[in-house]
Amino acid sequence: MSSVDLSVDRLDRISGFGQAEYADAFVYRPTTVEEIHAVFETARKSGRKVTLRGAGRSYGDANTGAENLVLDITRMNRILSWDAATGIVDCEAGVTIENLWRHCLEDGWWPPVVTGTMYPTLGGLLAMNVHGKNNYCQGTFGEHILDIDVAYSDGKFETLKASDSRFFEVISSAGLLGVITRAKLQMHHVASGNLKVLAEAAHNWDEEFALFEHYENDADYMVSWVECFGRGAKAGRGQFHAAWYPDRVDLQSRKPESQDLPPLLMGFFPKSMMWKVLKWFCNRPGMRFVNWAKWMASSTIGNHKIHEQPLVAFSFLLDYVPDWRRAYEPGGFIQYQSFVPKEHAKRVFAEQVRLQQEYRLESYLGVLKRHRRDKFLLTHAVDGYSLALDFKVTKRNRARLWELAHKINDLVLKAGGRFYFAKDSTLRPEDAATYLGEALTQFKEVKRQVDPEGLLTSDLAERIEIVD
Amino acid sequence: MKHKTAIIIGASSGIGREIVRILASQGTIVAAVARRKPMLDELVAEFPGKVLAFEHDVLNTDEVPELFLEITKQLGGLDLFVYNSGVMPEVESSEFDFQKDMDMVNVNMVGAIAWCNQAANRFQHTKHGCLVGIGSVAGDRGRQLQPVYNASKAFLHSYMESMRNRLCRYGVIVSTIKPGPVDTDLAKHMKMKKMSARQAAEICVTKFHKNGEHYLAFFHRFAFYIIKRIPSPIFRKLKL
Repeated sequence: MSSVDLSVDRLDRISGFGQAEYADAFVYRPTTVEEIHAVFETARKSGRKVTLRGAGRSYGDANTGAENLVLDITRMNRILSWDAATGIVDCEAGVTIENLWRHCLEDGWWPPVVTGTMYPTLGGLLAMNVHGKNNYCQGTFGEHILDIDVAYSDGKFETLKASDSRFFEVISSAGLLGVITRAKLQMHHVASGNLKVLAEAAHNWDEEFALFEHYENDADYMVSWVECFGRGAKAGRGQFHAAWYPDRVDLQSRKPESQDLPPLLMGFFPKSMMWKVLKWFCNRPGMRFVNWAKWMASSTIGNHKIHEQPLVAFSFLLDYVPDWRRAYEPGGFIQYQSFVPKEHAKRVFAEQVRLQQEYRLESYLGVLKRHRRDKFLLTHAVDGYSLALDFKVTKRNRARLWELAHKINDLVLKAGGRFYFAKDSTLRPEDAATYLGEALTQFKEVKRQVDPEGLLTSDLAERIEIVD
Repeated sequence: MKHKTAIIIGASSGIGREIVRILASQGTIVAAVARRKPMLDELVAEFPGKVLAFEHDVLNTDEVPELFLEITKQLGGLDLFVYNSGVMPEVESSEFDFQKDMDMVNVNMVGAIAWCNQAANRFQHTKHGCLVGIGSVAGDRGRQLQPVYNASKAFLHSYMESMRNRLCRYGVIVSTIKPGPVDTDLAKHMKMKKMSARQAAEICVTKFHKNGEHYLAFFHRFAFYIIKRIPSPIFRKLKL
């Protein structure tokens, strides 16, 4: 097998989506399985390791590998087959959620699980086994996959089905066992391109959780925005959304042009400039004001409202403002998402927000979601809730922010909670060992079998020491 | 400004050695590159886990590309590169020794090109980094005593200026530092007031992240501002 060159022209500075950490690496964008194997061969010859990367949408360091060969699968982006009768789509792993919905929605099919942005690749979605706002009823992305092709570092290649135990090990393994090169997915049938969306204001933590419990047997999607500046009786206030697929067939709404987000905000302001405005507010007083204003709107004019919203607009909130992460420059931001069993969730999340306020490092955005268990090896999900938080990173707050995160880690672990590789930046090796438990031992055993030379790694894997 | 990783070429003694010490004590992982391995080993022992020693003679330019790759791999990146190697053999005022001159050309110039080209090429792709050349006030003017040393440092200044103009568009900082007499092996035959190597290194470290040419003392900046402007017919009559 021929190897590819290790030229300085391949060198690039890459980061996770949060841009809080950067790494220099040799980036390869193969288009075939043979080229993937050639990258492994080059790594072997040059004594380096390989890190897998999709669209680079993991927030932390799961998709970076300092001085490694980074295998970026974004050029493997062909939809190989599409059956509009059954909703089964067969794709290369570089296909994104956006490619999928643009291809399938007109025929009445929508990805069964989507993230808050449409840009991740299937390979990335499966490596992290992502969830969406419907995790409590539809599970993770991996649960809708019929089969996958995996290229291993030792040159082997196999197709895994949901009946194989290895299927549940490779999906969720953060790209540390093998390269997922193709996936066959069962899409979800939709009659309309819109969702029926209900917005309800929650005045405190009790109301937040009561709303989730009320709608969990009925709604197709549930999510709540949490305002992290609220104290005392106002702590945990936010806006809850539940959404349902309408039964009424609406062909017009399924066309991509009905889904595309408008380029102008309020009809006149170019969205591409919006991050520059956001940057002015991207500080503690600014975000306190933004959160307060959003709360005021949510609890008055936006309360108890039911409206129809395009699937894209409801699902991909993060894509509303292009380049929004630039508002956090130059230090970037970290996303912190912890998953806590339902019986402890309210107490743990209330304590998390209280700790943030004590440190004066409130999250600028809080998102509460409901989850269920799954049987993937390195899963993040629990039968409970998750709270996702965005923290701005600066030179001055960095040490204190990590200290805060470690305190929150301890809270979550004590409550039997879990973490999510796609969003992690702060876990310590002992934290990962605690929440993964036996699964970590099993993962290491599988890794020894499928990647005997230990070629696959990432900055995250090295940081939390889940690879030898 | 804190650098996570650094390479110092010419790290076994003088300013280079002190730069390694200062950076390592600030938490930077430093690759110390020099000919004299035992002296590098002392640094490794002094800062375990922070200093990596690489034995290399800058005359062996063929080794550079591979060694550079190996060092950056071991460091896990590169934020700062300092070319500090330099020789200045004692040259009499009537002496024209080709071998001594070639030594200076090879160490002060050829070695600098071999290493700095590697660093510059990398920084151009990674779009960050500080490239530092340790020049000398001697390069500011062609003086009687050290024709080739002066010329080699003048070359370095000009070479670094070109690098600066090339790389600034990629967000790379190129800094030229011009020490005056410093109490090191290089200047042991010079009988004049000298700055200690430690003091020089401490000032150097504050200049790494600043684009441009930097003197270590205000007096030098002032004096060489004037010296550079003395007309040639007058300058050749002076004993400078």
